[in-house]
Amino acid sequence: MSARDEILARVRGATSDIDTTPDDRGPVVVVDETSPGEAETLELFAENVADYRAQVVRVGPSGVAAAVAGALSDHGCRTVVVPSGLDPSWRAAAEGVARVLSDDEATTHLARDDVDAVVTASAVGVATTGTIVLDHRPDQGRRELTLVPDTHVCVIRADQVVHDVPESVARLRPGPEGARPLTWISGPSATSDIELERVEGVHGPRTLVVVLVESANG
Amino acid sequence: MSTTTPGPLQQTSATFVGMPTFPQAARAALANTQQRKNLRHATHTIRGKRERVVAEVPEWEALRVAGAEAKDEALTHLGDYLEQLEASLTSNGATVHWARDAQEANRIVLDIVRSKEVDEVVKVKSMVTQEIELNEALEAAGIHAWETDLAELIVQLGHDRPSHILVPAIHRNRSEIREIFLREMGTVGRPAPDDLTDDPARLAEAARLHLREKFLRAKVGVSGANFAVADTGTLVVVESEGNGRMCLTLPETLISVVGIEKVIPSWEDLAPMLQLLPRSSTGERMNPYTTMWTGVHEGDGPQEVHVVLLDNGRSHVLADRVGRQALRCIRCSACLNVCPVYERTGGHAYGSVYPGPIGAVLNPQLRGTASTIDKSLPYASSLCGACFDACPVRINIPELLVELRGQVVEQEGRTAESAAMRAAAWVLSDPKRLAGAQKAAATAGRVVGTRTVRSVPGLGAWTNARDLPTLPTESFRQWWARERGEDDR
Repeated sequence: MSARDEILARVRGATSDIDTTPDDRGPVVVVDETSPGEAETLELFAENVADYRAQVVRVGPSGVAAAVAGALSDHGCRTVVVPSGLDPSWRAAAEGVARVLSDDEATTHLARDDVDAVVTASAVGVATTGTIVLDHRPDQGRRELTLVPDTHVCVIRADQVVHDVPESVARLRPGPEGARPLTWISGPSATSDIELERVEGVHGPRTLVVVLVESANG
Repeated sequence: MSTTTPGPLQQTSATFVGMPTFPQAARAALANTQQRKNLRHATHTIRGKRERVVAEVPEWEALRVAGAEAKDEALTHLGDYLEQLEASLTSNGATVHWARDAQEANRIVLDIVRSKEVDEVVKVKSMVTQEIELNEALEAAGIHAWETDLAELIVQLGHDRPSHILVPAIHRNRSEIREIFLREMGTVGRPAPDDLTDDPARLAEAARLHLREKFLRAKVGVSGANFAVADTGTLVVVESEGNGRMCLTLPETLISVVGIEKVIPSWEDLAPMLQLLPRSSTGERMNPYTTMWTGVHEGDGPQEVHVVLLDNGRSHVLADRVGRQALRCIRCSACLNVCPVYERTGGHAYGSVYPGPIGAVLNPQLRGTASTIDKSLPYASSLCGACFDACPVRINIPELLVELRGQVVEQEGRTAESAAMRAAAWVLSDPKRLAGAQKAAATAGRVVGTRTVRSVPGLGAWTNARDLPTLPTESFRQWWARERGEDDR
C-alpha cells in the first residue's frame, strides 16, 4: 500500500467512532471585537502600529508624496527600489531624494541587498493588532522586495483599515482568480530570543514607516 | 483510554533512547542555578505579557471554544480534510508527498535536496523537523542544514538541544551566547566580529550578518507550517524575525514538512487561530511577520513547492477518544510558561522536542509508555491545572495526565506503590488492624523523635522530593483514651 493510502486508512480507522460528516458544524463561528466607530478604529490602528515601534505619519490624500520623500530622507536612504505598479507621484517624490530602481533593475538578491529602502502600497490594515497585510499586487511587488532592504515605507488608505482579525481574514479570502501570497506585517522585524529583551531587526527591515492616508473631509 | 483502531507508535529517536527518567533529569537541572534563574526570568516575563494582551479581548473564552472546535472539526474528519488539502495544494502547483514516519519523511526531503545538487539548505524554525531529526539525517548525507531563527542558531552553534518550544535558547544568557558566537560562527561561515559585546542588539547584528550570506545564496529552503488550510491549499508560517520570510521566498525550491494534525478545515478558521496564537505564544497582539502561500505563485517566491504530510504516531493518538484532543495543540508554549514544574527543570528534562505540560501528555501518546522516560512523563506535573487555563485550544492536560498515569500503572502490574496501596486498603478495612498499625506508628514516632524523615525504603521516588511530617508519638485514639476515656479501647 502507498504511504498515502496507508495514512488515510489509519486516520479513517482512528476516527471510526465519529458519526457526523464534515461541515455538520455549520458556519464557522466568528468572534469579532466590535468597534465603536470608524474614527475609533483608525485611532486604534495608528496607536497599535506605533506601539510596535513603527513610525506612523498621518496625511491627507495630497500629502502622500511629501510624506514618502520625508520618510526616505529622514532615514538617510540613498537608494530605493519600487514595485512596477507604484503610484507615479510617489515614485517621483522618491526620485527627489534618492536614486530609484525599478523592481526589474534589482533582479538578483545581492543587488537588492545593496538597496536602502522600498516604498509600497498595501492591501489591508487591522486595527486591533496594528497589522498591515500585503497581497503583493503590482503596487506592492514580489514578497522579497519588502524583505531585503532595511527600511520599508508603506502607504495605506483609511478605507483599507478594518477593525479586527476576522474582518481582515474575510476580506482576504482567495477569490475565483486564485490565491495571492500574503505577508502580514506588525511592526519592524524583532527578536526576543536573548533574555527576552526585544531587539528590532534581525533579518527583515529594521525601520517601518506607515503613511496613513485619511480622506480630505475625514 | 478508550480507542478505536490505533496507527503505529512513533519510534523514539536514538537521541532520546536511554534518556534518564524525568525525576533523574530534573534533579540535575534543579542543581543548575544559572539555568533556573534564566528560566524564571523568561517564563515570568512572557507570562505577564500574555496576561495583559489576553485581558484586552473580552470574548477570550468564546475564542478558545472557537479554536478548539476548528481543530476538532479537522481532526474528527481528518481523512476528508487531508484529501481536500492534497487536492487544493496540487491544483495550485505544489507537489504533495506522504510520509508514514520520520525515516520516510527524511528520505523524501533528502531525495529532493539531492536532485537540486546542492550541499546546503536554509531552515525556518520548525518543531516537526526537530521531531524527525531532519538536520541530523541531512548532515549524515553531507548536506548542511542551517537554522536561521536566532534562538535555533544559538542552539545549533552551541551543539545543544532546544529547551523551549517558542524560545529554544531560553536557558542561555547573553554572556553564554556571546561566547558561543565568538567560538563557533567562524567555523561554519562569516565569523563574529572580534569586538562583539554581550549587548543583545550587538549579538542580533552578528547573527544578521552571519546568516545573510546564507540566505542570499541558498537554493533550497525547508520549513514546517503552523496551519494548512484544507479548502484553499494555503500554508501559514508565523514568526518574528524575518528569517522565515527569507527562507520561504528567496530559494528556488521550498520543502515544507507538515504534521497531519496541522490541517484546519477552511479559510475562515484562520480568524480564531490568528487571534489566539500570538497572544498566547509571545504575548503580542500579533507576531511581526506571517507568511501565507498557496502552492506556486508565478514570478514570486519559490517556483518549485513540495509539501510532505507526516503521520509519525499522530494517527495512533487520534484513535484515542480522550487523548486525541492533544492533537489540537498549536505549539504556542503558553502551558510551559505557567507550569511550576517546567519553570524549575527546563525543557531538557522532558527527553523530547516537546517539553512542558503538553510534552508530558503528547510524548507518551506518540511514543507509548514502554521507555523509562515516557513512563515517567505523566508524573512530571503537580496537576495544578494552570496549563489547562492557559491553553488557547482548551486541551485538558491535567485530565490526560491522570488518564496516562492510570495507563502506566496498569501496564506496570504489581509495583511497590500498588503493593503499598493494597496494604493500606487491607489495614484500613478493619478497625483492629488499624489500631495495631497506629500503635506501631507511634512506636516508630518515639524512635524517630523530632528528626525529619527524608526517605522511606521502597518509596524513594515519592519521598525524595518531599519531607515527611514528623511522626506522632501516639494515635488520636490513644490520645482520646488517655485524656477522656476509660473504656474506649
